[in-house]
Amino acid sequence: MSADQFIQYLMSGLTQGSIYALIGLGFTIIYAVTQIINFAQGEFVMLGGMLSFVLTVEAGLPMPLALLISILVAAAVGAAMYLLAIRTAKRASVISLIIITIGAAIFVRGIAGNQFGVMPVSPPPFTDIGSISFLGAYIEPQALWIIGITFMVTILLYLFLSHTMIGKALRACAVNPGAASLVGINTKSMALIAFVIAGAIGGIGGIVIAPIAARYDMGIMLGLKGFVAASIGGFMSPTTTVVGGVMLGIVESLAVGLDWGPFTSAYKDVIALVVLLLILLIRSGKLAAAERAG
Amino acid sequence: MMMLGWVKSKWRYFVVAALLIFLVLIPFDWFLGHYTSIMIFIGISTMITVGLCLLMGYTGQVSLGQAAYYGLGAYFSAVLSKTYGWNPWLAMVVAAIATGSFAYIIGYPIFRLRGNYLAMATLGIGLIMWVLFNQLSQYTGGPDGMSGIPYLSIGGFSFDTNFKRYFLVWFFCLAVLFLSQNIVRSRTGRALRAIHGNEAAAQSLGINVTQFKVKIFVLSSVYASLAGSLFAHHLRHVSPQSFDFLASVKLVVMAVIGGLASVWGAIFGAGTTRILSDKLLLGFNQFPQLDIIIYGLILMLVMIFTPEGLFIALKSGIKWLQLNWRHLPEIMRTQGKEMPHRIKDRMSRLVPARLCRKTEP
Repeated sequence: MSADQFIQYLMSGLTQGSIYALIGLGFTIIYAVTQIINFAQGEFVMLGGMLSFVLTVEAGLPMPLALLISILVAAAVGAAMYLLAIRTAKRASVISLIIITIGAAIFVRGIAGNQFGVMPVSPPPFTDIGSISFLGAYIEPQALWIIGITFMVTILLYLFLSHTMIGKALRACAVNPGAASLVGINTKSMALIAFVIAGAIGGIGGIVIAPIAARYDMGIMLGLKGFVAASIGGFMSPTTTVVGGVMLGIVESLAVGLDWGPFTSAYKDVIALVVLLLILLIRSGKLAAAERAG
Repeated sequence: MMMLGWVKSKWRYFVVAALLIFLVLIPFDWFLGHYTSIMIFIGISTMITVGLCLLMGYTGQVSLGQAAYYGLGAYFSAVLSKTYGWNPWLAMVVAAIATGSFAYIIGYPIFRLRGNYLAMATLGIGLIMWVLFNQLSQYTGGPDGMSGIPYLSIGGFSFDTNFKRYFLVWFFCLAVLFLSQNIVRSRTGRALRAIHGNEAAAQSLGINVTQFKVKIFVLSSVYASLAGSLFAHHLRHVSPQSFDFLASVKLVVMAVIGGLASVWGAIFGAGTTRILSDKLLLGFNQFPQLDIIIYGLILMLVMIFTPEGLFIALKSGIKWLQLNWRHLPEIMRTQGKEMPHRIKDRMSRLVPARLCRKTEP
């Protein structure tokens, strides 16, 4: 691999990794506040992406408005999912919650496939100025948007969690829900807020990646990779999750770039899954302890 | 009351015999012949669902990638019998052994995980297998799959019609069901339920928790593999679409409808889901993806309202009626608020003492 190619693969890894990071953030925030792994997280991304296509291309709305609506709808679906499915299942076991979120995931996916069709879609990129040459690599402007927006979202989320009252309340729930409710924090509202934020972040991930690739069934694979990102970060802090996502993206991209033995693009997804299994196994002791404590 | 007498042991044998006769008669043209094909699929699905029920309902462990083992069985059988010309029965046995060994090898590491992480790991393995089925196209035929797989046969007797294969599949299916029923009622079954109840407590009673989990996981993968082999030799065509993520979810739907902790519920779950998806497929042109939407709804609703599964809920509903039908007007008049003491006493007997009962009801 030449230096030019290396930069090319690095950039594409960074772009993909940013998406994984956004999805991972959704996993992290819901898990921290509610101890639920939301298997429908990838579907928020799919929803954002498909809606941005439908609203810009088919409905002809101006792009900023269309994107805003897409994000809001994804957030609303997050809220609906919490209120209708999670909250009504009182004292559900871990297995029940897993099955409920899986049910929600395929429900959303089915609705999307029904309403928007099963063909891949590609809405126009945010800025249409051809690719940029950078250190011998060609970079799509959309990639810069993706990286920039991920960066922005992470900063904003960090500021929100550390400098606002609601953000602090969310963190309190993450540290100790019992103690949080003793000091007057409504843990149920916090859980709702966590789902809304996760939905919105997922929707943002969807609208930025849609110009590159969007399909009604992309949710599960993206969700899994977001989960890998979050588990590299240990499900606790947004920063480590973002680092995890970017690392996963780069590893995936470079492994494909090596084009050696089994590492061809066809097996790109397998690489992420193997990383997932390795992380889970390496951390299994720690995760089990966390699960018991939680 | 006669109708509900099936819980009493003296009626049980009659009911079982009647059901068996019914099952034998189904494929005859003068009876329910046109259901033969769907019944074959129900039998195949039931075999996988039983394994999933043992794993999820009894042991409390999740598998979101069960279609992978189903696929492994199908592809092993297909490749060995078609490409390498092995005897299909031998291919079937080798497929089951290979799939079981694979499950054994991955079982020890992944069953150190619990809950959410275990779910993700099994989901991940399922997806890896699906990618492999697609990508190893020199063996599997890639996304198009492979056809021309031979029928199973004994001597000169070939299972070349639906009628013959119906009996083959249901023979295997009932064997799997009876084996599972015995496991559930044995010491192993009680150990599994103890693990479900409280792992630490089970461990302190001397149950090797991981070993039991792995054992039951291997068993469920062997069931799935056998079902896969039967599937391959039935349709004579396998392709990766049958073993994707949605296939795994569909198996979970079957287990959930059947009542997770119920061996015989598996038939009910597999049957309902299969018939539902066949009927829904008819309306597909008007409303695409309807089956997936319905499955999603079923998963959410059943888990929210009857986490023990639909079949079990129906069963306890029938039992409740059976004990209280005489007092129904009274209960309805008072809207259940002021029940006579006697009814309350009787109801209190119905509290499921899952871990205490000696046998399955």
